[in-house]
Amino acid sequence: MNAFADLVDGFGTVLTPQNLLYAAIGVTVGTLVGMLPGIGPALTIALLLPVALELDDPTGTLIMFAGIYYGAMYGGSTTSILLNTPGESASVATSIEGYQMARRGRARAALATAAIGSFVAAIITTVLLTFVTEPMARLAVSFRASDYFALALLAMVTVTAVVGASLVRGLMSLTFGLFLGVVGIDALTGQARFTFGVASMLDGIDVVVVIVGLFAVGEALFIASRLRDLPEKPVPLEPATGFAWLSRADWARSWRPWLRGTALGFPFGALPSGGAELPTFLSYMYEKRRAKNKDEFGRGAIEGVAGPEAANNASFSGVLVPLLTLGIPTSATAAVMLAAFSYFNLSPGPQLFQTQSSLVWALIASLFVGNVLLLALNLPLIRLWVKVLQVPRPLLYAGILVFATLGVYAVSGNIVDVLLAYGIGLVAMLMRHLDFPIAPAILGLILGPLMETQFRRALLLADGDLSIFVTRPLTLALLLLAVAALALPHLPKLFRGRRADRLAVVTGED
Amino acid sequence: MMRRRFLGIAVSALVLGAAGCAEQSVGGKEEPAAAAYPSKTLQIMAPAAAGGGWDTTARSMQKALQDASLLNGQSAEVRNVNGAAGTIGLAELVSSHSGNAHQLMITGLVMIGGVVTNKSQVNLTGTTPIATLTSESEVVVVRADSPYQSLKDLLDAAKADPTAVKWGGGSAGGTDHILVGLLAKAAGADAKTVAKQYVAYSGGGEAKAALLSGDISVGVSGASEFADLVKAGDLRALAVSGAAPEDVGAGTPTPTIKDAGYEVELLNWRGVVAPPGISDADRTAVIGLVDKLHASDAWKQALAEKKWQDFYKSGDEAKAYFESESTRITSVLAEIGLGQ
Repeated sequence: MNAFADLVDGFGTVLTPQNLLYAAIGVTVGTLVGMLPGIGPALTIALLLPVALELDDPTGTLIMFAGIYYGAMYGGSTTSILLNTPGESASVATSIEGYQMARRGRARAALATAAIGSFVAAIITTVLLTFVTEPMARLAVSFRASDYFALALLAMVTVTAVVGASLVRGLMSLTFGLFLGVVGIDALTGQARFTFGVASMLDGIDVVVVIVGLFAVGEALFIASRLRDLPEKPVPLEPATGFAWLSRADWARSWRPWLRGTALGFPFGALPSGGAELPTFLSYMYEKRRAKNKDEFGRGAIEGVAGPEAANNASFSGVLVPLLTLGIPTSATAAVMLAAFSYFNLSPGPQLFQTQSSLVWALIASLFVGNVLLLALNLPLIRLWVKVLQVPRPLLYAGILVFATLGVYAVSGNIVDVLLAYGIGLVAMLMRHLDFPIAPAILGLILGPLMETQFRRALLLADGDLSIFVTRPLTLALLLLAVAALALPHLPKLFRGRRADRLAVVTGED
Repeated sequence: MMRRRFLGIAVSALVLGAAGCAEQSVGGKEEPAAAAYPSKTLQIMAPAAAGGGWDTTARSMQKALQDASLLNGQSAEVRNVNGAAGTIGLAELVSSHSGNAHQLMITGLVMIGGVVTNKSQVNLTGTTPIATLTSESEVVVVRADSPYQSLKDLLDAAKADPTAVKWGGGSAGGTDHILVGLLAKAAGADAKTVAKQYVAYSGGGEAKAALLSGDISVGVSGASEFADLVKAGDLRALAVSGAAPEDVGAGTPTPTIKDAGYEVELLNWRGVVAPPGISDADRTAVIGLVDKLHASDAWKQALAEKKWQDFYKSGDEAKAYFESESTRITSVLAEIGLGQ
């Protein structure tokens, strides 16, 4: 109950007009940068750091930064759903079903389930953050290289859920992503791969560049290339029913995915080499596998928005676990926040909860407050966001291209990256014309390097002994889980097939 | 965000334009006594992303120059050129800004390693060295339950069986990896095999997690990186790579590598260079400006705030240091099998 008393003190700190203002600024700025392709929370916080230093108010600054982080996650879902232009990798899974819902006039329901799901996930995980931080962090750092490899392999199975109608096309898309992932200097040996002598490609192709290329640029070019074939007016919005744009059926279909997404997102966020993408895709696969109405997936199933969006937000609280307790940043944004801590001479780590407990509890309290603000900001704004769909397509997509170009250039300050984004966008446009799914490419891009690095690290640390992958219980368990996830959906078919065979044999004998 | 930044640029462009006009009208009447430097906006390039060490150095320098009013009424701007251990910024400085004394770039030990591992066409010696500014020691840590009580234990083990010790730190060919090579060499171990047991992690966080999970047995990083975990008793610091013992979280000073009997000293230093081809007068002016910066209270305050060690060599001294470091680092990287 000590934690509870500390938390109440934390609320006392946050609920001052000044800190509330910081939280409000944070979530608003966050929502805006989340919507812009390319410009993410990490870049925003990095740019705001010098300003923050001038303010000389550690508590207020960190409250604002946490607000930016959360706000960006809410904002990121908006453009993914309405325009199929996710700004960062964690929103990709949301865009798969979300965009389909929007195309069918269900934009408001998709946005609402995303916002409420984010809120639910954030509140639950913040409570968890309050009480289980320390043991959670110790558990997270017990993961070794071989475990990470097995985990990445498990996540790779989700490809089967996003591969679409044609397996060959899905695998080609995956391979394209894997290829983009190997570009750059190899982390273990320092050798350059597929850089073609271009110095800017030595650090690899930034995930943001690929995502903006595949989605924002690709979608804009695709729409432009068949503008005349598209209906003049978008599908009219379905009439608003129920509470907060969600009908009774929508609520019934959303709440379980919210909770399951939360359960996936929090632990993955806490893993030092985890990241927010893995749980979002795992949640998508899980919801698709469980769904009674599998046919609806790929055509706008609300579960496919609710689950990944909750997982995305839950992972942020997870990210705070190792950041606050061990000083280990697990995402780009967390790394910048760590820099912010050190600016104020605070060193996150085992002592932070003792030496700076009022600051930590204020930060945790601000997460509750920030999420209430975000829900209050985002639900009414749905009315405004859906108006975006009324904007004439030429204007809308021209605008998207402008922001996408700016975003990529802002991230790197490098024209090579802009050209790369357009090159990838061109490929993505052709992929759309030829019915290739885009999501497998993202999975390949993110999981490929993770699998490769961790596999080689594990082997290096075991002096090249492959048995490391079967002798460690956790690794073995995860690998078996991956095999099960791959095989389970096919088992009934296999048995049915065999029974049919046997039947055939029997009838043959007759 | 973007809009605010553009607005900022637009405003500063307007101000500059106005300043330029004013200068011209004055210049017509009377000749200035001596060429004042800087005579226009000073550009400081941080050849890395915002938020990193080089970026912080560049921004602290910009702030101190302004606070101490050393800019001759002009302003200073920081811009980031990301990538490849700074060699992309280095290439830009040398190829596009030759002869321009108003373009400065932050550099450091990491760039020398980057030039070798990235097979960069341009070398740090292709610039005009101005000064070294700050330095940070490296620290060697093990888990609290590790059998290695001292650096000697650790290096004896590595000497007896070069594959026995698994090292971890930052990027391949970076400062941490270089230190592992230097240590193995000094201990008389098979440096190439020892350096092959080095696992590169992206950033200190991942290396910390790998130490705690037991993936690696030894961590090498900047002195402050592991401070919280050393303080909490999770990790034990064996040695620091600087010239003097230093407290890296244990509460008592950790001995140097030299104290343990190995002739190795490695400082992760940062400094500033100008493009090649600037005139001697310009070079003197830039060195003069940085000398004044170093002497200013604003800079001393920045050093204290950021907990940087003062490591100042300017002019010819800096040039000689850049050259000796380039030779030493290039040769050790070749010995551990990187950069061929």
